[in-house]
Amino acid sequence: MLTDPSPALDADAFTLRRRPPTEKLVDLGFRQLTLVLASMVAIVLLGIFLTVFQGAREAIATFGLDFLTTSAWDPVNEQYGAFIAIYGTLVTSFLSLLIAVPLGVGTAIFITEDLIPTVLRDAIGLMVELLAAIPSVVLGLWAIFVMEPALRPVLNLLHSLLGWSPFFNTVPQGPGMTPAILILVVMVLPIITAISRDALNQVPIELRQGAYGVGTTRWGAIFSVILPAAISAITGGVMLALGRAMGETMAVTMIIGNALNFNLSLLAPGNTIASMLANQFGEANGIQVSALMYAALILMFLTFAVNVAAKWIVRRLSLRY
Amino acid sequence: MANQPITYSSSALFDRRPLHFDPNLRRNRLNQLFTGIAGLFAVIAVLPLLLVLFHVLVQGGRLISVGMFSELPPAPGLDGGGIGNAILGTLLVTLIASLIAIPVGVGGGIYLSEYSQRGWFAQFVSFGNDILAGVPSIISGVFVYGIVVATRVFFDQSYSAMAGGIALAVLMLPTVIKTTDEGLKLVPQELRWGAYGVGASKFVTVMRITLPSAFTPIATGVVLAIARAAGETAPLIFTALFSPFWPEGVFNPIATMSVLIFNFAIMPYEAQNALAWAASFVLVMMILGANLLARWISRMAKV
Repeated sequence: MLTDPSPALDADAFTLRRRPPTEKLVDLGFRQLTLVLASMVAIVLLGIFLTVFQGAREAIATFGLDFLTTSAWDPVNEQYGAFIAIYGTLVTSFLSLLIAVPLGVGTAIFITEDLIPTVLRDAIGLMVELLAAIPSVVLGLWAIFVMEPALRPVLNLLHSLLGWSPFFNTVPQGPGMTPAILILVVMVLPIITAISRDALNQVPIELRQGAYGVGTTRWGAIFSVILPAAISAITGGVMLALGRAMGETMAVTMIIGNALNFNLSLLAPGNTIASMLANQFGEANGIQVSALMYAALILMFLTFAVNVAAKWIVRRLSLRY
Repeated sequence: MANQPITYSSSALFDRRPLHFDPNLRRNRLNQLFTGIAGLFAVIAVLPLLLVLFHVLVQGGRLISVGMFSELPPAPGLDGGGIGNAILGTLLVTLIASLIAIPVGVGGGIYLSEYSQRGWFAQFVSFGNDILAGVPSIISGVFVYGIVVATRVFFDQSYSAMAGGIALAVLMLPTVIKTTDEGLKLVPQELRWGAYGVGASKFVTVMRITLPSAFTPIATGVVLAIARAAGETAPLIFTALFSPFWPEGVFNPIATMSVLIFNFAIMPYEAQNALAWAASFVLVMMILGANLLARWISRMAKV
């Protein structure tokens, strides 16, 4: 935009102020500085990948792909397999989403679709946003001392009713997969609600008016016009929440029980990649560090895939209206 | 799109229907049912916040005293003590993280919005920024452990407040870049043209015109990023570690409230558990305060 006046014009009738070299230098220097600062993102991202990959190389060479399917975690014999943690990560995150998606989308509909006065809507919206601000470790503390004891009778009942199925055949003894899933619900709910709320707010008013114009009811409009129009953004938000749930560390670590043995039961203690890292990384040495780095690499790939899928879904599925 | 089954027979379609609202119609009953379900979901969504806040206020608030802010945590098994060192530590580590992440993030955001012309590199950086925002916080701890703690780059120190600050900065960076970029995008193009028109250089335009006009959204985003970083635990467990003593400079292990909560919550001692609740109270108050501050900043600008 600011091109230099060409020297040929200089001698002409009007005099152009030449920009002093220091000013040009500052301009150019600032541009290069911001370029370097922007590159930091790429450098950090690459650095994370390289650091984790470099650390994991020894374990990848030793255990290969068996790491994904075996469940031994034995520092004495140096045998490591991350199956329990991978299984736990996937099960807790998917099951928590199964609960959180209806809750979050339902809440978003409730606070966008003019069902209640604006004051109440804003209050609920604010509270859900503040819930997202509560640190995960505080939720973990709450889960240990308040939620889990309160939940125990319910889980006992579940065990006595459904104890015949392999998913509920252990007696609940405090920490376990179910409390971890429920605390994950609390953590991803604000993300899903906030993104669904934005998505629903962005549906053009004409679509609603059209739907009401042909005589449908409020929920008819919501189910067959508004939700389909917002579905791509909502799905993207759900994927982001999935990524967050997979990587969530503290609250899960504090309540999941960090089991070393595989158990199909949702009432038994389990483990996730993130909580395994949080628990063992500080005290690990030798090939255990490498095995943990390998697990971290898997977690990175999982969240990377989910986040890229989220972007892709938002771009591909968005309706043109 | 409209594949809603038509429930009444087609001959009834053209019948004259009463104009008054009949709550007993199937569709109206369904409507009420769904509204009730959505309301129930909203109540369930709000409930955890209220319960967590209630317990933190009651269990943590009743322990707040002067000693809580001025004393060190007791040895396991002993009573009393405070969380003074952890409060200082959280402030220090968050300050280090902010000093790294805010200049880098604002600078990167300026590049994206003002200089990049949205070429392939800018798109790559934006994409990388979104991916970095999705990287689990514990991975950031692993990363900093690998490059700072294990290599002992800072005066042969392994665990340090500096390492913790860097790990938090990695988490803050995407938020700061994103809010700066989006904030600058909202600045009207005419302001820039006006500045160029009176002969300002690009640097002067950015520093004196564009950046100040985008101050509010950037400040809001930065305050939220700081609040989030202050509550993060996972990246600190094996970078800043923990210390039962007062902070001993930035190149030594340091106590933070979040790691204190984690360590003391899983201890079988009541005194430690109580301190964890007290630390939760202080931390939650700080973070909610920062969130309300951010809201206030953005409200101020709209008026």
